Formats: sequence, structure tokens, C-alpha cells
Amino acid sequence: MLSLIVFLPIIAGLIILAVPSSQKQMIRVVSLVAALVQIVLAIVIWRGYDPSLAGIIAAPGGSPAGSFQFIERVPWISIDLGTFGKLNIEYFLGVDGISISMVILTALISAIGVLSSWPIQKQVKGYFILYNLLASAMMGCFVALDFFLFYVFWEIMLLPMYFLIGMWGGPNREYAAIKFFLYTLFGSVFMLLVMIGLYFSVIDPVTHNHTFSLVAMASQENYIKDAILGPNNVFWRYVAFIVLFVGFAIKVPMFPFHTWLPDAHVEAPTPISVILAGVLLKLGTYGMMRINFPLFPEVFQASLYVIGVFGAINIIYGAFCALAQQDLKKMVAYSSISHMGYVLLGLSAANSEGMLGALYQMFNHGTITAMLFLLVGVIYDRAHTRQIDKFGGLASYMPVYVGIVTVAWFASLGLPGLSGFISEAFVFVGAFSSETTRNIAIVSVLGIVFGAAYLLWSLQRMFLGTRKPDAAYDLEVGSDGHEHIHFHDWKGKLDLDGRELAMLVPLAVIIIILGIYPMPVIGLLTTSINKLVTVLSPVVLTSMN
Amino acid sequence: MFELPSGAEIQAIIASLNASVGYFLPEIYLSVLFMLLIVIDLMAKGRKNNLLSITALAGLAGSFFFIVPQHSMPAGEFFFGMYVLDEFALFFKYFFVVSGMLTVIITMADEQFDSEVRSMGEYYALVVAMVIGMIMMASSNDLLMIFLSMELVSFSAYILTGYFKRNLQSSEAALKYLVYGAVSSGLMVYGFSLIYGMTAQTNLIRISAELAAHGYDPLVMILATLLIIAGFGYKIGAVPFHFWSPDVYEGAPTPITALLSVASKAAGFALLVRYYFVSVPHGLQPYEDIVGIDWHSLLIVIAAASMIYGNVVALWQKNVKRLLAYSSIAHAGYILLGIIVMDKLGTQATLFYLLAYFLMNFGAFYVVILIANKTGSENLDDYRGLGKSMPLAGAALTVFLISLVGLPPTAGFIGKLMIFAAMLNKGSLYIVLALIGILTSVISLYYYMLIPLNMFLRESPQSGEKSMELSMPARLIMVALMAVTIYFGLYFAPLSDFAKYSSALYGMTMH
Repeated sequence: MLSLIVFLPIIAGLIILAVPSSQKQMIRVVSLVAALVQIVLAIVIWRGYDPSLAGIIAAPGGSPAGSFQFIERVPWISIDLGTFGKLNIEYFLGVDGISISMVILTALISAIGVLSSWPIQKQVKGYFILYNLLASAMMGCFVALDFFLFYVFWEIMLLPMYFLIGMWGGPNREYAAIKFFLYTLFGSVFMLLVMIGLYFSVIDPVTHNHTFSLVAMASQENYIKDAILGPNNVFWRYVAFIVLFVGFAIKVPMFPFHTWLPDAHVEAPTPISVILAGVLLKLGTYGMMRINFPLFPEVFQASLYVIGVFGAINIIYGAFCALAQQDLKKMVAYSSISHMGYVLLGLSAANSEGMLGALYQMFNHGTITAMLFLLVGVIYDRAHTRQIDKFGGLASYMPVYVGIVTVAWFASLGLPGLSGFISEAFVFVGAFSSETTRNIAIVSVLGIVFGAAYLLWSLQRMFLGTRKPDAAYDLEVGSDGHEHIHFHDWKGKLDLDGRELAMLVPLAVIIIILGIYPMPVIGLLTTSINKLVTVLSPVVLTSMN
Repeated sequence: MFELPSGAEIQAIIASLNASVGYFLPEIYLSVLFMLLIVIDLMAKGRKNNLLSITALAGLAGSFFFIVPQHSMPAGEFFFGMYVLDEFALFFKYFFVVSGMLTVIITMADEQFDSEVRSMGEYYALVVAMVIGMIMMASSNDLLMIFLSMELVSFSAYILTGYFKRNLQSSEAALKYLVYGAVSSGLMVYGFSLIYGMTAQTNLIRISAELAAHGYDPLVMILATLLIIAGFGYKIGAVPFHFWSPDVYEGAPTPITALLSVASKAAGFALLVRYYFVSVPHGLQPYEDIVGIDWHSLLIVIAAASMIYGNVVALWQKNVKRLLAYSSIAHAGYILLGIIVMDKLGTQATLFYLLAYFLMNFGAFYVVILIANKTGSENLDDYRGLGKSMPLAGAALTVFLISLVGLPPTAGFIGKLMIFAAMLNKGSLYIVLALIGILTSVISLYYYMLIPLNMFLRESPQSGEKSMELSMPARLIMVALMAVTIYFGLYFAPLSDFAKYSSALYGMTMH
């Protein structure tokens, strides 16, 4: 089941390879069908998922795969290294409460991304092959439970992303694409060294061989005491934690490693921005929750305050930057940085509320930010500009569009009744109830205020009031005597068309439903989050030694 | 001192030679092939056809009939300890024969030969001679034999580098190569003479025993080590013995560049491994030397310098062949990392990396040739927009370059993984070196990606869209190389097992 959902887009990509490049519609349809089937599979997995099983680690003496679900585990590579033992790499997939929501999110955002890619005309075949490769790799990252497999998926994402930004992006795309590539590679090469170090330090309790299994690595009793990343090697464990954290933080992106994100977003075509903000950033925080924290819990406990401070910087710094932007997309990009700060803050609380809030915020950020970028793309398609001061008064002429914009904007600023509010509230409750992060939480609340400021201000400047004199559209009085606006060389419907509604309405519905009744998602996460908090807690650590 | 041998002794010598010949069949066969190619060239003079290349290709393939049975022969030395047969040597026999075959194949695809030279004459014969020389380098167990085989490779390579006689760049490259080669082999021989002076032995195994038994003067030893490293360093193209390589790689015919950058480099590594692993006293302990300098720490410095210098200087290159030349300096550094750890895992990683490097570098040069055939240029600027007119070549080159960076799912990634695994397994001392390797590979991403950047992200300056279809065989070879590179990135057990099997060296036991 998981293999299918991971490799379905690649299969679609292979089919597209055989389609002649002139058959553009055919190529799009194949991708869409694959994405829709992926959603169906995600729903099947969601319905079949038992939320009472925790996952995270394997209980001693229990099943070596722990209480993960939909497990697929076959040996992949097993080679003899002589005196050094056997090198074992497994094809090991499975989901637990941390990954299940991300699987659903990935399927959803991938499908919306395909819809959003519909208008792309340049080299359609190449575009969709790369897009499908990217979709597969993202899904693979969330379900891989073998570190090696995770790393392979993680790195495979980079190349398609490079080309998708570099070939279909804006004017400054070369710079943005290579910047993205270099930043993420810089983070991930250290992950490679840590991965090798962990491999030498961990023994599979069943086979007594070294292993790449993340499930085995999450149990501290599987570590060799004097190995390079074993419990006695405190210095290298700190180093490993820090470089892993930096690797994931680059992806989040956390201040001061965030500078690639605004560039990438501004240059990337709309669907790629959606994927980037909707799914890719989550991989950073997911990696922290799956790998970075459970594998080095004592270092995690020691660095809570630092993580919290960086979270707060992200929240406030991101909001300030967003406030200063003239370009709407850049504003949304910085708001995305700001909102990922809540995830970091929630993680640093290290209690159930905070962690739950962080994970739920990851899901909500995925849907809300995807919506924001889609809405930016809608207006950019029409006006060919994203300068905030080139608009004004749009609400009178594009009521449906502005209606959905309002939902998205308010969800982003955390209005009660919309999903973003619940996750941010959880984060703050968690952060406030932890001694370590209480002060940070108090400061971070300011971020909400600034968040409201830039969102409301942009809403007001672009959509309310009247048309500005130098606006990107003309005001005409039609034959019926009503005023209406006209975008230069825009042939399509003025307000949202069917395809755009098909992308935006499902997201808006999800945001509203999960804001009123969050249990469908939160119910999936609670058991695993509680388990994760136990695994990370200092009590377990002392009993280990 | 010298006495005439008695009749019985002569009989014994002849018997021993007879016994040794059985172990030497692949080399004898290839020598016959070499002469055959010259004869065919004489008879078919002036005619331009594929007779020579097909003969060379089939002939090289035929050598497998003699190499494969050698697996069942016991490892050992023969020809009075001049020469050895072990799994390590066998690995390189395959390696060099297949390199020779690929060189012939890509020579056939290279259209520059049609315009530059009137006949292929001795070209293929020299390629075969180089293959023989490299095989002998990997199997030499004696200082004299090392020198002879190295010179055989070098002389063939000098001529092949200058094969475009009327091309100034090619001639300049050949001259440069010759001058640097002469100096460094002179230095190396001087180093050998110092070793001989200390031990009165030329056989590596006996040198090791002699040094262990009677000790040595550290000052002389470090001098000899430095001089010998100069010779080996020149072959592998490592900093600071790399000065010849950018010019030679740029000026030489591209198939020869590929052969030099892969096979000749690998032969240098084979020698380096055998010399230092076998002739070092006390098993695997490095020499105890003055102020802590020994061959091991010298190699560490060379490896780090090569990785940093090669990757950083490559950033400014505008010519693709030159860029790949600097990249090959950097790769010499990565491969040295595997040798530095001095254990079985390290040797296995080294051999694996050589195999991966073989695939990706030959692949990259092959595509460069195909592109040069169509555009007549190897400049980065002329690659603009090629992704549109030659999508398959663009995709293939991207895969090879990604593999050179060391990203999954390619063989190059597994190569780096194994090298770094071998380093971390040795403990924290090697982490700093591994960090240099990791960081420079991030730098390398930038310049490698310049090529796909120009091919895919930039538009061609000529507005006219001309389709540049490649021939069917060219596409097949390209796709095959690409598929193998990815296949071994996803399932590398066979290659890795082969590398492990081949890490057995005669005359020493490794842990």
C-alpha cells in the first residue's frame, strides 16, 4: 500500500516519458489521475489507520518494527564487509501518528499542485516528469523508516526542485535555483556523516547486526556504549545533534538559514511554491521529530531553550520582514517562515500540548500556505505583477476571489474558528506550561500581533478601497453602465474560474472544518505524540543509564 | 661478486620461467594483439575503415578468456618475485581491459579524429600497449618492474596525447606531459635507489622484511618516501603533482582524456596501494619517522589539498574538459581517503569508488564528445540551450554529473558513502578529513551544475531551433551507461562484493 502511494507518481512519470511531447493534455491528465489515485490511497490509509497504536519506537522484546502500521519491510542491500560485519540496508516503510497526517497532506498538496500546473505551456513533458519525481520523493521521505532510504528520498527531491525552479521560474531563477540546491545540500551532507556514525553505533536487537533502521535507532538501549555516537561519547553526540538539526533547520527554514526561501519562492512558478511551502518545509520539522530528537533525546533536552529562542526569532523576525515587503509573494514567503517558527516553539516545549500543536501546525501550515500561494498565483496570472501597491479595490470586481482570500488571510493570522488558531493555541499552551519556554512564549505572542498587522494591512491595500491610479488594471465603464476592471492581455475569466475553484475550495473547506472540529487530524496524532514525549522525557533517559 | 651460474642453476631458472609463463597469459595475449594491430595497419594502409577499431575491440574482449581462468590460480609471485597474481591485480585487469574497450568505442564516436588525422595508424595499438602497461603496473611486485611498467604507460600516453599532430594544443599538451612525466619518474627512481641502498632489495615483500629486521635511517626514509610519492602523485594527478593535468586533459583527444583520467589514474592508485601496503614494515603501522612525518601523514596532506584545490579551482573553468580535469584532481583526493584508512574496508571503498568513477567519468566524457561532434565546441557557453536540442544527452550528462557530486541514487553516492563509512569506522581522528571531503563535495555541486544550468536553464543564442539527433548506437551506449550508474546506485551489492573480493593483496594481511 505505502509502496504504491510512494511510487505511483514515478509510474505516471514513466508513462509520460512514453507520451509524445505534443500531447500536452494527455500528459496533464496522466499526472492528475495519478495524483487523484494517490488521494484515494491516502484516504484508504487514513481510514485503515488505527490511532490507538503509538509507533515511534519498538518496545523491547516486542515486534522489531514497533507498532508502526502498513509496514513493508524487505532486505534491500546486504553485503558482507568482512571483519566489520554485514552492511544491511532495508526497504522499510511504515506510518505512525507523526507521519500519517503528513502522508495525507502530501497527497492533497500534490494533487492541487497538478491542477495548479495546468496552464504551464513550456516543455510540459519535462515539467510533469520532474514534478512526479518530486512528488514520489516527498511521499517517500514521510514513510521511510530506514535512515538510508530516507536519505535517498531526501536527496532525490533536490534535483527535480532545482530544475523546476530553474527552468520554469521567474527572471532571477538561476540564482534562486542554485541557492536552494547549495543550501539544502550543505545541510544534508552532514546528515550523511551522522547517518554513517549512527550506523556504527546502533545494533539491531533482533539480528545483532548494525542497522540503519530508524525504529532501532530510536531506542537508546540499542546503542553500543563506546561507539562513535554511543551514550558515552557525549561530545560527538552533541556535534551530531547540532549538525543534524542544522540540516533540518535549513529545510524549515530556521533563522539564520532562511535566506534561500524568499528567493526560491519569488522565482518559483506557483505550483512549485505551493509544493515548497505546503510539503517541503514540513520535511525539516518532520525530520526533527522522527530522527533528530528521538535519536539524541538527552541533547534535545539540553537544547530546548535554544530551539525555543530560534522559534521565537523565526516568528517575530519573519513577521517583521513580511511587514516590509512590497511583493505579495515575498510577504507570503516570510509569513511562512514566521509560521514555521510556531512549529519550532511547540517542539521546544517538549510536552504533549506543544508537540501536538507543532504537528498540527505543520498540517495547517501546509493547507493554509498552499492556499496563500495559490491566491498569489491567481492574481499574478492576471496582472503579471505582485506589487502590493499596484492594486486596490479588487473586492468590488472579484468578489469570489476576495472572499476566499479573506478565509486564507484570516486562517493565516489565526482567527478562531479556522484551523490555524487551534494549532497556534496548542503551541502557546504547551510553551507556556513548560518552565523553560515560558518567557519565550510570552515574547512570541507578539508575533501574532505583527502577523495580524501585515496580513490585514495587505488585505486592506490590495482588496479594499478603490483602484489606485497606477494600478495594474484598467477601469472601464461597460455597456451595462457598471464599472468593471480589465487586466492587460488577460483573456480568461476575471474572477476565479472552475479550475482555480477546484484547487481553492477543498482547501478552504478543510481549513474551516478543522478549525471547528479538529479531531479528525488531532485524533490521529495524540497517541504517538504522547509516546514521543515519553521517549524524549528526562525520566526515560535516567532509567536508561 | 658475480659468478656465472652453473648448468643446474640455469636449468632451474628456465624451469621457473616456464612455470611463470602460465600466469602471464593475458599479458602475452595482449602483446600479440598489439603487434597484430600494427601489422593490420601496415596492410590496410591508407584505407579509412573500422577494421582496426573492431579488431582492437574484439581483441581486448578476447583477453577475458585468459583473465577469467586466473581466478582459480593461487595468489603468488612469479618471475622471481617480479610479478604477482592476486585478487587485487585481477580487479585491475578487468578494469583496464574494459577501460581500453570503452576508449575504443568512444574513439569510434568521436568525429574530431576524421578532421584531425589522416589515418588511425598506430592509435589503437598504442591504446592496447597502454592497457598492457597499466595491467603490469597493478601487478608489479618489484621496484624495477614498477618503473618499467610505468614508463610503458607513460610513453604510450605521451604519443596518444599528441595524436592530433597539426593541433597546437594537442602537441603542447604532449610536450607538457612528457616534461612533467620525465621529471617525476626521475625523482621516483631516485627514491627507489635510496630504498635499494637501505635494503639491498628490489622486491617489495623482501623490502618490508628487511626494513622490519634491520631498521632504517628516518631521514633517508622520509626523503625516499617524498620522492616516490612524487612519482605516484604524478600518475594519480594529485596536488601538488597535478600541474600537467588541466592542460593535458584539455589538449588531448577526448577519448584519451577519458582514458588518462580514469584508467591511468587507477593504475597509479593500484601502485600506490601495493607499494605502501606491501613494502611498509610492521604490518600496517606507518613508519616511525622524524617529527611524526611518514608516508601516511603525507598522503593525508595530499588528499586534503587535492580535494580543496581541485574543487575550488574548478569553479572558474569555462571549458568543460578543463572543468572535468580539475574535478578529477578532486576525485584523486577522495580516492586517497580510502587508502589513508589502511584497512580492508578502506581498500574495498577505494576499489568501489574507482568503479563508480569509471562509470561516471567515461559517461561524462562520452557525452562531451557527442556534444562536441554536433557543436564543435567544449566551451561552457556553447552548451546553452542544448537541453532542448539534445534532451537525452542532457539528461545523461546530468546523471553522470550528479554521480560525480555524490548524490543518490547514483553509484557515485555509494562510492562516497563507503569512503566516509570507512573513515568514520576508524574513529574520530578521521572525522576532520571526512568533513573536508563532505564540504568540498558541496562546493563541487556548484561547478558541476553549471553544465546542466547552461544546457537547460539558458536559451541558445542561435534562434533557429535545429534538431541535433544522435545516432542510435550513441544513444544506446549513453542510456546503458546512465542505467548502470543508477542501477549501482540503488543496488550496489554486486559491485561492492566484487570490490571486497578484490581487496586481497598478496604479501600482506589486512584487518
